[in-house]
Amino acid sequence: MTRRAVARTLVYLSLIAATLVVLLPLGVVFLTSLKSSKELANGSGALSLPDDLLNFHNYVTAFQDGRMLSAFGNTALILLVAIGGTVLIGSMTAYAIDRFTFRFKKTVVALFLVAALVPGVTTQVATFQIVNSFGMFDSLWAPIALYMGTDIVSIYIFLQFVRSIPISLDESARLDGANAFTIYRKIIFPLLKPAIATVVIVKGITVYNDFYIPFLYMPSEDLGVISTSLFRFRGPYGAHWEIISAGAVLVILPTLIVFLSLQRFIYNGFMRGATR
Amino acid sequence: MTDTTEKAAVKAAAGAALAAPAPAPAPRRARVWRGVTPWLFLIAPLALLITFTYAPIANMIAYSFTDWDGVSPELRYTGAENYTEIFTREDLFRVFFVSGYYLAASAVQIVAALYFATILSFNVRFRNFFKGVLFFPYLINGVAIGFVFLYFFQDGGTLDSVLSLFGYHTDHAWLGTPVSANTSLAGVSIWRYMGLNFVLFLGAIQSIPGELYEAAELDGANRWHQFRYIIAPGIKPVLTLTVILSISGSLSVFEVPYIMTGGATGTETFVIQTLNLAFRFNKTGLASAAAVVLLLIILVVTWVQRRLVPDDKVDLT
Repeated sequence: MTRRAVARTLVYLSLIAATLVVLLPLGVVFLTSLKSSKELANGSGALSLPDDLLNFHNYVTAFQDGRMLSAFGNTALILLVAIGGTVLIGSMTAYAIDRFTFRFKKTVVALFLVAALVPGVTTQVATFQIVNSFGMFDSLWAPIALYMGTDIVSIYIFLQFVRSIPISLDESARLDGANAFTIYRKIIFPLLKPAIATVVIVKGITVYNDFYIPFLYMPSEDLGVISTSLFRFRGPYGAHWEIISAGAVLVILPTLIVFLSLQRFIYNGFMRGATR
Repeated sequence: MTDTTEKAAVKAAAGAALAAPAPAPAPRRARVWRGVTPWLFLIAPLALLITFTYAPIANMIAYSFTDWDGVSPELRYTGAENYTEIFTREDLFRVFFVSGYYLAASAVQIVAALYFATILSFNVRFRNFFKGVLFFPYLINGVAIGFVFLYFFQDGGTLDSVLSLFGYHTDHAWLGTPVSANTSLAGVSIWRYMGLNFVLFLGAIQSIPGELYEAAELDGANRWHQFRYIIAPGIKPVLTLTVILSISGSLSVFEVPYIMTGGATGTETFVIQTLNLAFRFNKTGLASAAAVVLLLIILVVTWVQRRLVPDDKVDLT
């Protein structure tokens, strides 16, 4: 009994330690966001509780002066268009590749396959010139086009699902006189719902959190998305940790809510996305 | 969401359908039409793919042999000069050593993820809570993480306060020297990415049929034996994939060091350096050469992985 009990205790201890490591930095930032600047200046330690647990003053400042409203708006717009486009493009590509035999099919497949190996960060120097030459630099179109155009993972996810839809469905529809577009629209697309959910979640979280692309392509302040707007807190609030903390909590909160409500789908989505 | 996309799909399909020939077309036209159909679906994806992936790669390779500054219309062909510069100038070459910190962190991260995935795949109380806590950091915005940890490593910040709880008072500037700053940043990257590896391992372990454990237990195998002979071989493909992703990830670290230190005190990574060369010092040619080098390294690493674990899952046809 003893050896097993010791092992069990150690397992739980390690889990509790890991929980602390994860939650402590976040918890402290949450506490800091509730403190007044005076409290911080008087050397209130990082681990001490704020005087007033309901002091949301910093949140108001962060939200208004940090232009978080327009940041959330821009992010929402990019999310909507980029994800809509990704779903459409991914499902169409998967349908064309899986259901048709045509010349150069192998070449097309290889093009998508090789592109999956190229990490976006490596090509930005040259991508920048192309985006610039289209006049998309410093507009919301730059991130939208880039998110839509380079998502190979969602194509893989759609492909797996299209493959699992029996071809006999297509054939019977074809006998009823449906053409390829009707089949895609009426049979394939509706049956892809689980794949669409996966892509929306995985892509949504990636886009919401991305810093690199908006930072590089949308320098003007009006076009801030949540990550670049938060990044700009560094300047005006440099030493005001209470406001920076409030901003960080504001950005993390939506993620937390989505995560808590969609846990199961999120795990599955990332498993599918990463292992392809 | 689905509603709007569906509408868009309908519109796209309807637009294409208008162009379709009248019903009961001549057999030959029908055949031509069948040949064109897949391309109608592929036009948009291929156009985007070529514009935003292949054209940049081609341009980048072309730029890498020039001294272009990214703005002026003039550019001079300089041969392999940029490449020799990358491998001979020590200040440019140094960023590879920074990747070493992140590589070491990846090793720690994989071991920790493997440990937690194994214990949480057995019956543990509050399993879903621990699962959620361990995975959640992966979903958090990178800028927010940067700020959280800037405060964590600050003088009198979270870390110092915790240490003083244990009676360990320190005035160590965690981000003050290259070694300690890089170690701290690599620690942040463990904190951030461990959850993803953990969830991948967990998924792989759970796909191992449960009867195997029962049979092993009847044969008197303990937990370690179960891990050694059932779990480890069962998740080998995911494990190799993770190792490869970690290597390419370690080489392309950008967000956390850029947000936290801006690349100061010797924490500049390959990507930060490339961006600085291109957009701050206007050395597009040199930056392109650096990017080509990074791309080649990552392609080689991936190729090695494909040789080691030839998995049929990635096969598209």
